[in-house]
Parts: sequence; structure tokens; C-alpha cells
Amino acid sequence: MPAAILVGLLYLLPIGWLGLMSLGGPTEWTLRWYEQVATASGIHKILWTTARIVTITSLVALVLGYLVAYAMVHMNERQRLLITLCVLVPFWLSVLVRALAWLILLRNNGLINEALLNWGVIDEPLSLVRNELGVIIGMVHYMIPYAVFPLYGAMRGMDQSLLMAARSAGASPLRTFRDVFLPLTLPAVFGAGLLVFVFGLGFFITPAILGGGRIVMLSEYASLMVLQSARWGLAGALSVVLLASTLALIWMISRAVNLRRMLGGA
Amino acid sequence: MSLGARARIFVMAAAWLIGLFLLLPGLITIPVSLNDTRWVRMPEEGLSLRHFEAMLYSSNWMTSMRESAVIALVATTLSVIIGTACAIGLWRVVGRTATLIGALVLTPMILPPIVSGLALYRAWVVLGLYDTWFGVILAHTILATPFVVITITTALSLIDPRLEQASRSLGASPRTTTLRVILPNIRAGILTSAVFAFIVSWDEIVVTLFVSSRAVYTLPRRMWDGIRESVDPTVAAVATSLIAATSILVIAVIIQQTRRGRAARAG
Repeated sequence: MPAAILVGLLYLLPIGWLGLMSLGGPTEWTLRWYEQVATASGIHKILWTTARIVTITSLVALVLGYLVAYAMVHMNERQRLLITLCVLVPFWLSVLVRALAWLILLRNNGLINEALLNWGVIDEPLSLVRNELGVIIGMVHYMIPYAVFPLYGAMRGMDQSLLMAARSAGASPLRTFRDVFLPLTLPAVFGAGLLVFVFGLGFFITPAILGGGRIVMLSEYASLMVLQSARWGLAGALSVVLLASTLALIWMISRAVNLRRMLGGA
Repeated sequence: MSLGARARIFVMAAAWLIGLFLLLPGLITIPVSLNDTRWVRMPEEGLSLRHFEAMLYSSNWMTSMRESAVIALVATTLSVIIGTACAIGLWRVVGRTATLIGALVLTPMILPPIVSGLALYRAWVVLGLYDTWFGVILAHTILATPFVVITITTALSLIDPRLEQASRSLGASPRTTTLRVILPNIRAGILTSAVFAFIVSWDEIVVTLFVSSRAVYTLPRRMWDGIRESVDPTVAAVATSLIAATSILVIAVIIQQTRRGRAARAG
């Protein structure tokens, strides 16, 4: 326990310090970094890009994850094992390996473009990477497993007799799904959606590699501020913005679902 | 629950397509790493292991692999000890403070990695830990501990609390009870948490980018630089090795769980 507190302090104090630096501390107290975040159009563009990409990827990942989880509930054990494997292996695979794989596939001289060129489907390579599309593909790929596990857990824990009751009362399968199954899973959908959204906000590696410097998201921008121009105040302010939105979302998740159970289940 | 036949086919097909979408991109690096040219492409004339050979004989890659392994082992040991102690402590103490501490311990897992990276960068520079082995190990320990706490907490929740009461009423001290009764009962949980912690440290990249530069050069860092500069097939060979290791680990865990599930049902 004391050791854990020590570790906690070693972690939390630097975070707090970062917050102080964003206020210009410890030398001169100022709000100008936040002013810059709020007014500079370059930063607005970054924030907008981040928000847009994260929203799109979360929604796509949520829909696809829901489909997978829904199918998993209706599978026999062997099929379920196989698809769990499909979800788990990429889940544990290094984020770098995944970004690399997508880069190999999507580059201008990558496998997909070469195949399409060889088959005569297209005349010149499609630009699939170093743009928003590439970042979105890579991020959705990363997020789906995080959506699948909580959704599957919620669907497994559902009271099957409710569905049977709906069916025996004469509801069609579609109606049963729409009026009974879907509403029952909505809290989990909400929770899973926020969870992938939180992950998406902090994405660094995938956008940096697949965005190729053209699509810069919040995390990468903050790191550039420090590594290239040592503007700690601005990076600190951006971190605080990121931190505050993350905590707000986590708070919303914890209201929607049992957070501990969800994290323990993943 | 039954589905309409057509809806069923649609959902199943979509699920398998998504499964392939998840699985295949990783697998693509395998043939690429086996191609016999020095370009990143699918093998056309023949297969060769030259890129694996290049990897094994490259002192850079092997040094990074060794460094990553050592760092991951030490960070795993530290975080398992700290995390287990913390989880047992939280399990015993119930109340507002415990909940608060529990939430604080989990923050490194929840906060965006870039925030952790920047914060620790700054702090490590001041503390003189920047770009040292101990600094990287400490950073990884901080990041891995939440995973240990969660796993152990789950394992502890399965223990019958009467076991502890029985041991205490038979005169065992809290220390003996912990060592002789609780720890043996959560052995499987400790093992799982160690695997988690190892993977967290072994894969860690964002924070590592900020707390190290040249003296400590972990495997993910070298891959990151390799991918950013120019993708060459040696990186694909490294990626393939990692995919193989990950797949074996995941399959082993799944098999073990299925067995345990069967045993539980049979018993």
C-alpha cells in the first residue's frame, strides 16, 4: 500500500506540475496559453480534426463491434472461439505492428494499390494513407476489440426469458430485436462508445504513422510543441484540455455502467 | 433466441468479415517478411529467410530486444509486487478512502499516454532519471501497476472471505494469513497479471519516447524510428516475430480457459 502511494505520487505530481506549467508557473502566472488554445486558428483546426476523426471512428467501431458481439452471442462454441481469436490477437498485438501492417497495405506503392493496378481496376494509385482515410482505418481497427468486449459481456448477461416472452407474445424477430434487445443493450452501447471515444482522444502512434504528418491530432501536436519548439506552456495547456475531457468522459461512463466490471472484463 | 434466416446470414457474414478485417492486416507482414528481395512487397519468385537473418545478425535489433526484455522483466516484477500488495490492501479496507485510492491507482491506465509522457519527461529530467534504465523501468512500472491491481482485485473477489476469517481465528497473524492463505489462492491471478504487466512494458512506446533518447533504446522505439524513416523488410521480420509470439500467447490463454471452463462444467 505505501509503495502504491509512492508510485501514485511519482505519477500524479508530474501531472499536476504539467498543469502548473500550463498556467505559466512557477515563474509568471498567466492564462495566455489557454488564451492561445481558445483563439489560435491553427489549434482550432487541430482540435476540430481530432474531434471529427474520433467521432467518426468511435461510431464506426461501435456499429461493427455491435455486429460482432451480436453474432458471437448467436454462435456455437467452436465458431465463437475462432472469432474471439480474430478479435484477441489484434487486441494484444503491438500498436506499431498494426500501424506498420496498414502502411504496407495502403501506401501508394503498397499491396492494395499494386493489386488494383495489376488487375486494371484503377489507372493511378488511390491515396489511402497519409490522409484522414488512412488514420480512420487504422483507428477503427484498433478500437473494435475495445467495443466488442463490453458489448458481448452485456449481451451475455441479458435475461433470455425477456426475448422469449417477446417472441411468444407474437413479435417478429426484427421487432424483438428493435423493441427489446436493442434497448436492453443501450447502456452498454453508450458505455462502450464513451470508452472507445476516450481511447481515440489520446491516440498518438496510429495518427502519427498513418497520418504521415498531414493529419495531426491533438496528442501529436502537443508532442511537437515540446520536442520541436519546447513550448511547455502550450503543451501543458493542451494536455490539461485533453485530461479534462478524458476525465469528464470517464465520469460519464461510470454513471452509465459499472466501470470496474467493464475494465475487469476487458 | 432465434433470428430470421436471412438476418442470421447477414449478421454472421458481417461478423466474419469484420473478424478478417481485424486479423488479416497483421498477417500480411508474414509473407512480406519472407520475400526474397530487398523491397517491401509480396514474395514473387521465392521465399527467403534473409530478412530474419538480417534481424538476428543485427546488433542493433538484438540489443534493443534484450533491453526491452530486461526492462519488461524488472518492471513486471516490481509492478506485480506493488500491485498485489495494493489490491490486497484495498480488498481488506472498505470505505471512501479505499475507493479514492483505488481510483487514483488506476489513473495511469486511463489517462491519455501523451499526458503521462509529457509529465514524466519533465519530472525525470529534473530527478536525473531521464534516459536512464531506472527511469524507463520506473515509468513502465507505473503504467503496468493498474493492470495488476485490476487483475488481482478480480482474483480476490473470487475468494471466500471466510477463509481469511478462519485463518485469523485459528491464531494466524495478518502477515501469515496473507502469505499462507491469500497468496496461494490467487496464484493464477498473479500469473495472469504478470503476463499483462509484461506485455504493457514490452509494447510501451509513447511514454518511452519521452523518457529515453539514446542510452536506453527499447524494441518499440527502434521499430518506431524504423517505420518513420523508411520501411524496410527487416522491420517486417521483427513485426512477424512479434505477431507469432502474440498469437501463441493468446491461443495458449484461450486453450487454458476452455479447459478450465470444461473442467468447471464437468466438476
